[in-house]
Amino acid sequence: MYRWDFTPIWAHGDLLLAGLGNTLVLTAVALAGGLPVGLALALARLSGNRLMAAPAGLVIEVFRTTPPLVQLFWFYFGLPIILNVEMTPYLAAALTFTIQSGAFFAEIFRAGIVSVDKGQSESARAIGMSKAQAMRRIILPQAVKRMFPAMMERSIELMKTTTLVATVSYADLLYQANELAQKTFRPLEVFTAAALLYFVTITLVSALGALVERRMAQSGEMTR
Amino acid sequence: MDTPLLRLAGLDKRFGDRAVFSGVDLDVKRGDRIAIIGASGSGKSTLLRCINFLERPDAGRVILNGEPVGAERQRSGGTETRYDEGSLNRLRQRVGMVFQQFNLFPHMTALGNVMEGLVTVKRMARAPAGERAMAELARVGLADKAEAYPAHLSGGQKQRVAIARALAMEPEILLFDEPTSALDPALVGEVLDTIQALAAEGRTMILVTHEIGFAYHMATRVLFLAEGGIYEQGTPDEVLKAPRRPLTQAFIAGHRRFSF
Amino acid sequence: MTYRWDFTPLLDNWQALAMGAVGTVRLFAVCLVLGLGFGLIVALARRSRWRLARWVSIGFIEFFRNTPVLVQILWFYFALPMLVPVEITPFTAAIFGISLNSAAYSAEIYRAGIQSIEPGQWEAARAIGMSGLQTLRRIVLPQALRRVLPALTNRGIEIFKMTTLASVVAYIELLHQGKLIASLNFNPLEVYTVIGALFFLFLYPLVRATYALERRLARSD
Repeated sequence: MYRWDFTPIWAHGDLLLAGLGNTLVLTAVALAGGLPVGLALALARLSGNRLMAAPAGLVIEVFRTTPPLVQLFWFYFGLPIILNVEMTPYLAAALTFTIQSGAFFAEIFRAGIVSVDKGQSESARAIGMSKAQAMRRIILPQAVKRMFPAMMERSIELMKTTTLVATVSYADLLYQANELAQKTFRPLEVFTAAALLYFVTITLVSALGALVERRMAQSGEMTR
Repeated sequence: MDTPLLRLAGLDKRFGDRAVFSGVDLDVKRGDRIAIIGASGSGKSTLLRCINFLERPDAGRVILNGEPVGAERQRSGGTETRYDEGSLNRLRQRVGMVFQQFNLFPHMTALGNVMEGLVTVKRMARAPAGERAMAELARVGLADKAEAYPAHLSGGQKQRVAIARALAMEPEILLFDEPTSALDPALVGEVLDTIQALAAEGRTMILVTHEIGFAYHMATRVLFLAEGGIYEQGTPDEVLKAPRRPLTQAFIAGHRRFSF
Repeated sequence: MTYRWDFTPLLDNWQALAMGAVGTVRLFAVCLVLGLGFGLIVALARRSRWRLARWVSIGFIEFFRNTPVLVQILWFYFALPMLVPVEITPFTAAIFGISLNSAAYSAEIYRAGIQSIEPGQWEAARAIGMSGLQTLRRIVLPQALRRVLPALTNRGIEIFKMTTLASVVAYIELLHQGKLIASLNFNPLEVYTVIGALFFLFLYPLVRATYALERRLARSD
């Protein structure tokens, strides 16, 4: 029978927590970058202008269809060769996950925008609003509420995907766990603890998201 | 013989706090054709669905051919009836049902729908099951639609396939739950004709309906449900032409525009 | 200055890449079958009559959906051997992690599909005397599976992408082989561009096919 011993983890708990902190920072950065990138990609794809729609479509499809780990390696090992710059794990990760989550968010934005009744943009234009004004004042506010559940789900996927950065030595929770496991020779306890930390964090975030969703549903006329 | 084909004894049904009906007793003899009428919410469909246990009655027994369905058990608070799945499945083979919304299986052809029970439940080989099913489709006048999927059938055709599906199991009793309520008025006739033909064969059936005129011509007995039970019953002439109690009178008066 | 792309080392190493591709497809096939198959069992357990089965199934789904799949793979690779006295190969660890993760996701897909079937379908089947199991197998599942086919195809595409994570535990698949080639020839840009392109060229037609399938099902429903 294996004898579980969690004492080394308590002793180095600060390492894991620091890793969790880095995971959250990276997720937040990618989210902060990915949402505007996603909106821009969605608007470009919906613009009706071929010169904008085609490249936006390509970025969206490529980043949604290729494995995230390949993307990360490309940005970390490949991109610096083109740009001839130093690449840090953090920068590579932030870039990869900003663009990648942007690609996913773009499709959520697009579905949300398309789902708003055509009459809404027509009546906005009819009172003299510009196309941009109609989008900003009339369409997007309605679309955002509908998109929220999908956005939330994607954000959680994003947080889980950030674990890949451990492979390029960014000190996230998984990376720290791996280090600690090697240091303490207690992989079972360490990886179990890391899994539980992820589980608790992600469950809390989804619960929070569900709460906000319910609040949004209650406030105002959500129906159509 | 004296044993009724079907007997309901003291049937109760509640949804939460609300009693739908209580203490319903009913004897159905072979060849009886019973029409159940009543205002919406009077529990007619629920009563029908208790007969084949799509709804569990909260108290009382359903007795088929003298054999009570389910087993009674002594418990601390009194007796409790327990129903095992096998006995309910056997009961349902003997009691056919036709639904308001047809509920045809959309992923099977008309023939597949009618064969399904024969093959899956009665364990018939596919070839003889197919022959039986074709015969039932022919009986409802849809032999030429055997290979059609439900999506390509009209409402009236769907309901006739559903009737064939029930008939294929050779049930001793047929239950109809508002079989024409979901149909365009123009399609009601073909379904009523089919049911009428079954009546002429002397089949035992119980029909929940809004078609007062049809109930009058088809039924041997009419039940009017109100106030949580059978409020008035009798021959069609008694209940539909000369109702004696006030709620029945009011209900029938509301349907005067239907010609008898 | 502009970088001069050079794909010759990759062409020279095509056999290593082919070996990786075989590893990718092998891992994908196993995880697809196990993940989607076990997911159906979990989904059925989730709506079981027995409370214990429901609880275990919900716990499984929640846990595997709310932890990263890479953590799961590493747990099976590094932690599980402490508990059980068997050797866990990279292949086994990857199968465990990816299949169980996919099972949790697909269980929710199956559940949504089963729930979307109208109660009248159950009632009609029960009314001709079919048992619960017969109804599920003959009436409900065939319709439910049809409805969730696009979602399952998407899951399959995700599984294919996930196989790259097995490179972290040194399972020989495309990305692992790419890393190797890149480290020997100092050409990561070409290597990861080509690997990304290979995945894209293989998966994108499937993505398009799934869209088409979605539209077709939406029209026929």
